Amino acid sequence: MKLRTQALAIAMTAVTGLTMATAASARDTISIVGSSTVYPFATVVAERFGTKTDFNTPKLESTGSGGGMKLFCQGIGTQHPDITNASRRMKASEFELCQSNGVTDITEFRIGSDGIVIASSKDAENLDITLEQLFLALGAEVPVDGKWVANPHKNWSDVDASLPNKPIRVMGPPPTSGTRDSFNELALGAGCKKLPELQGVDKATYKAEFRAKCESVREDGAFIEAGENDNLIVQKLIGDTGLYGVFGYSFLEENADRLQAATLNGKIPTAEGIAADEYPVARSLFFYVKKAHVGVVPGIQEYVSEFTSNAALGQNGYLKDVGLIVPPREQLAELMDKAENLPNLTLDELKKK
Amino acid sequence: MTKHRSQAELVRQSLKKRYRKEKRFRAYGMLAIAIALAALLTLFSDIVGKGYSGFMKTSLNLEVSLDPQVMYLDDATDKKQLRMADFVEPLVQALMKEIPGATEADRDAVRRLINPYASTDLQEALTANPQWLGTTREMSFLAHTDVDVYVKHAGDKAYSIKLSPQQREWVDQLQAKGVVDVSFNDVFFKGGDSRDPSRAGIWGAVVGSLLTMFVTLVLSFPIGVAAAIYLEEFAPQNKLTDFIEVNINNLAAVPSIIFGLLGLAVFINLFGMPRSVPVVGGLVLTLMTLPTIIISSRAAIKSVPPSIREAAAGIGASKMQVVLHHVLPLALPGMLTGSIIGMAQALGETAPLLLIGMVAFIVDVPDGFFDSATVLPVQVFLWAGSPELAFIERASAAIMVLLSFLIGMNALAIWLRKRLERRW
Repeated sequence: MKLRTQALAIAMTAVTGLTMATAASARDTISIVGSSTVYPFATVVAERFGTKTDFNTPKLESTGSGGGMKLFCQGIGTQHPDITNASRRMKASEFELCQSNGVTDITEFRIGSDGIVIASSKDAENLDITLEQLFLALGAEVPVDGKWVANPHKNWSDVDASLPNKPIRVMGPPPTSGTRDSFNELALGAGCKKLPELQGVDKATYKAEFRAKCESVREDGAFIEAGENDNLIVQKLIGDTGLYGVFGYSFLEENADRLQAATLNGKIPTAEGIAADEYPVARSLFFYVKKAHVGVVPGIQEYVSEFTSNAALGQNGYLKDVGLIVPPREQLAELMDKAENLPNLTLDELKKK
Repeated sequence: MTKHRSQAELVRQSLKKRYRKEKRFRAYGMLAIAIALAALLTLFSDIVGKGYSGFMKTSLNLEVSLDPQVMYLDDATDKKQLRMADFVEPLVQALMKEIPGATEADRDAVRRLINPYASTDLQEALTANPQWLGTTREMSFLAHTDVDVYVKHAGDKAYSIKLSPQQREWVDQLQAKGVVDVSFNDVFFKGGDSRDPSRAGIWGAVVGSLLTMFVTLVLSFPIGVAAAIYLEEFAPQNKLTDFIEVNINNLAAVPSIIFGLLGLAVFINLFGMPRSVPVVGGLVLTLMTLPTIIISSRAAIKSVPPSIREAAAGIGASKMQVVLHHVLPLALPGMLTGSIIGMAQALGETAPLLLIGMVAFIVDVPDGFFDSATVLPVQVFLWAGSPELAFIERASAAIMVLLSFLIGMNALAIWLRKRLERRW
């Protein structure tokens, strides 16, 4: 009986001890959140940084660009992350959220680019398609004889006779993904703007009237949502020659001898083409540093220098080996300067684009 | 013909039909089991077929000459010199010696056969044994992941071979010589996560899982058992207890991600606890397993015959003594079984951990309840989503480890039940 009471007492102390310990103690590991597109690159840098220096290896969470911004802008203090990665630029609204929570000093780093490719198995018929045709094939509503109707195209050849006479079946990421956002905006939206129906439409009218139409994907089964796992799309493509897939360039590179990429607007995706912005569906990748944490959490500045070093982001850097499209040399020098001085990001800069 | 006769006749006539019916029913049952077994077998054979190669590593056995001049290092105890020293060159030179056909122009291609972190391993070895400087030693290093994939999966359609034809020829030669060697993957069981598949290990995730499970067990077992005892033995039968009972049963059916949201709102946002730590993970999983433990504990208490309680009360035991001395020991096997099954469920959970930041890339093996950590199923999830193909076999290998943990826990539950159970 006595023993039991004792055991109970011990258990109770453990319970209260665990719940009360609200670890307000300082953190000695950098905490990074943000985009799942930047994640494979940032993790490589973090690991190198951890083995090379005496600092702890930073902890990385893949929360998506938007989720990362939300966590990052929640405030100052070690319970909030130090750095957030993003596969798009910070929005003005997010910047204001940051400001209102006391996160006033932020430094922005543009670390390279990523292309979105449309790929198929090497045994399939490759696509050579313009963005306009792509929109007509995948848009939810398309103009037919001046009227917007639900997409009537069943086969690729219904859009244009030069395309394969096969049913339109494309597998891609779900709407929660940053890749999907970019695909909708950079591929479908851009293709839609080229339509004769939209000529002469100015920016404001486009935003108000056409954007929702232009940047939505058909939901009648022609576009198949595959979840965030791009490896799954790759596997499906290899087993099915009638299927096309949408994913990031690094997955194409990793499966180069089994997949082929579609030609978009006459351009095949290459690392050089994406870096030079020639390939139409390319976006920039960023990370943002909370300056108030520099010096509080050890190693932030050193991590940033590692990320912007020639060994990582250079033309022969290790990030290139994992599929990042590295920035040109001049930009790298700028990044290194930034890493040293950590200049503040301003709202004007974000609005200027 | 009398009525009786005709009835017996009828029975006799329908007998065949009834036997047939029974046979058919048995066949359906066997078919159902066969389908379930086939599904299980397919799953296991797919995982094992994909994953067994994850338990093997490809290494390079090299005779490395630790020449101070080549490495720009005179004193292996000097920290500054160590930082400036070249640890790649001796490895490349050692490998070049093993490939007679390679010229200076092939240096880069040769270097790409060695794991990028091999130089770090060499540095660590030399820092630990400074007297090795200037000697030639037989050492083993990890090969590059591309070599690993080629050696294990040449000709396998599911993998892309990224080595050039020249490099493939070299690797074939080296393998014949015994320089390239496939052996048991100890790195996989010793290391934390890594972005380089050959260096990636599950130890970090295993420790994270153990820490999280410990917190869950310490909290949920006593709370669950105490709640069950109170509800079953002491609580008055009224509307309130009915309401509580209905709610506990409902809670057991709530999707686990809801508990993650609750954990995020309460433990992290309200109490200000750090993200990604085993304590918060354990607390969230406690919330999830509590209903399971309470329900199974109540069932175990219910199954103790009332005669035991009455006999104890009859010789003057108080209510408390009845419960603690007689009911609890008899109900314990059932409670333990329920708890172990609840824990096994918690061990395989990822969804609630997503929201509290335990789905993260964490290299260092955690060494405390407040250290960032991840758990086994999360590790599987992270690897399965990585672009590197060599992670596929690691993910399957990690699934096998996770499954063996689960099978072990369930076996323990069965053993406990068989051993401690009493029948009346």
